Amino acid sequence: MNDSLSILWKERELFISGTIDTVLLVIIAGLLSLIGGVLLAITMKSGVKSLQNFTLFIVDIARSIPFLLLAYIFYYGLPQLGLRLPAWWAGLFALTIYNTAYLGEIFRSSWSNLANEQIETGRAFGMTKFTLLKNIIFPQIFLNSAPLIGSQFIVMIKDTAFLTIITVQDITFAANFINTNYFKPFAPFVLALAIYWVLCHIVEIGVNRVTLLADKRRC
Amino acid sequence: MNIVKIDQSTVPVTLSLRKVCKDYNGLEVLRDVSLDINKGEVICIIGPSGSGKSTLLRSINWLEEPSSGNILLNGEYIGVQKLDQGTFKKLNDKELSEQRARMTMVFQHSNLWPHLTVLENVCVSPINVQKRPHSEVEAEARVLLAKVGLSEKLDVFPHTLSGGQQQRVGIARALAMNPEVLLFDEPTSALDPEMVTEVLNVMNALAAEGRTMIVVTHEMKFARDVASKVIFFDKGRIVEMSEPQSFFDNPQTERAKTFLSH
Repeated sequence: MNDSLSILWKERELFISGTIDTVLLVIIAGLLSLIGGVLLAITMKSGVKSLQNFTLFIVDIARSIPFLLLAYIFYYGLPQLGLRLPAWWAGLFALTIYNTAYLGEIFRSSWSNLANEQIETGRAFGMTKFTLLKNIIFPQIFLNSAPLIGSQFIVMIKDTAFLTIITVQDITFAANFINTNYFKPFAPFVLALAIYWVLCHIVEIGVNRVTLLADKRRC
Repeated sequence: MNIVKIDQSTVPVTLSLRKVCKDYNGLEVLRDVSLDINKGEVICIIGPSGSGKSTLLRSINWLEEPSSGNILLNGEYIGVQKLDQGTFKKLNDKELSEQRARMTMVFQHSNLWPHLTVLENVCVSPINVQKRPHSEVEAEARVLLAKVGLSEKLDVFPHTLSGGQQQRVGIARALAMNPEVLLFDEPTSALDPEMVTEVLNVMNALAAEGRTMIVVTHEMKFARDVASKVIFFDKGRIVEMSEPQSFFDNPQTERAKTFLSH
């Protein structure tokens, strides 16, 4: 066991850079897909039927493919069409697109639960569409769907592990590297699990904070 | 129909409705509604449920777009722009929004925004619609909330308030925009009898300040005491329009007589 620990210590930089990689992917893909989800929800609630149906269709497709396949397409598939992306970027795009679809759907359904009177009242007070979105609609969507957004982020953290397969050097990659080079799989994998657990727990703490805020502000 | 003429030739017309019609898929909800409201007048609209009173109010600020006819606020067409050829062009979202901000509404169910505190509910529109400075708006909102008796409740959320308190916040919210006309859509219909009084008292005070108000209501006493004119509305039409005294004591139409006898 001491052996294993000293190997982990020796290779600590691998784990540190792997963790940084994972965290960066989650933060950047998370922010991008939050923005993307907002835009998707606006499109799906735009009132333009053809646009709504088209977006719903795309979202439906994106939500029904396994994440790993999407990552494969970005990393192995696109070069055949002449677009070669570094593994990290392929992983980022796959994560972003996949989660944009989920977040868009979360926002859309939360939006549908808003009482129409609230929006109409805003219009009666002279709010433009943009002001309504900024002050009335999205603040409530974010507050009300915080738990769902949180679980989506947790799914995203765990999905990053798949990116090892397309050679992204994340936490799982670090654990795997030690396994294949030292033939001591147990300790590195447990460490990897622990890091994932800590990351997910941080997200949960954040979600709980927002939920407390939302409870105060609920009708 | 007997319209009592008052010499108000020197008082400017604030709101003017000209042959306003509204139909939903062939169902006529408003038929040729024409009406002038002078500055400082309080118009009470009464009539049976489903007669189109609320639709009339909602047509004034174009929450419901009239099928035909015009609405003018201080001489300016609402919702449309008159072109040189005498035809009309619809305004865009931004232009219509600017007009709506000039005639704010108090709703039957206060419709406060649940994620905002009382103070934020009052401030959000002046700050984001009228683009007025935050500190100035907030100072004014505090004064308005004091006026409706809610100084203690600035930082609470709407769901913790009683129906009457919510409605008073709704009134403060409407006043904060400094509107040219205040529209009230049955502001007391959803309240317990005890709370009706506290809301009517606030509305009384506003009328006394000389605010121009259109009030859809079932409160006959309020209409009698406060209204400059009472409109009896039925089946999408103005059936009768007169001073409250003569309307309540001596209604001219059978329909109004029947309605008042209940």
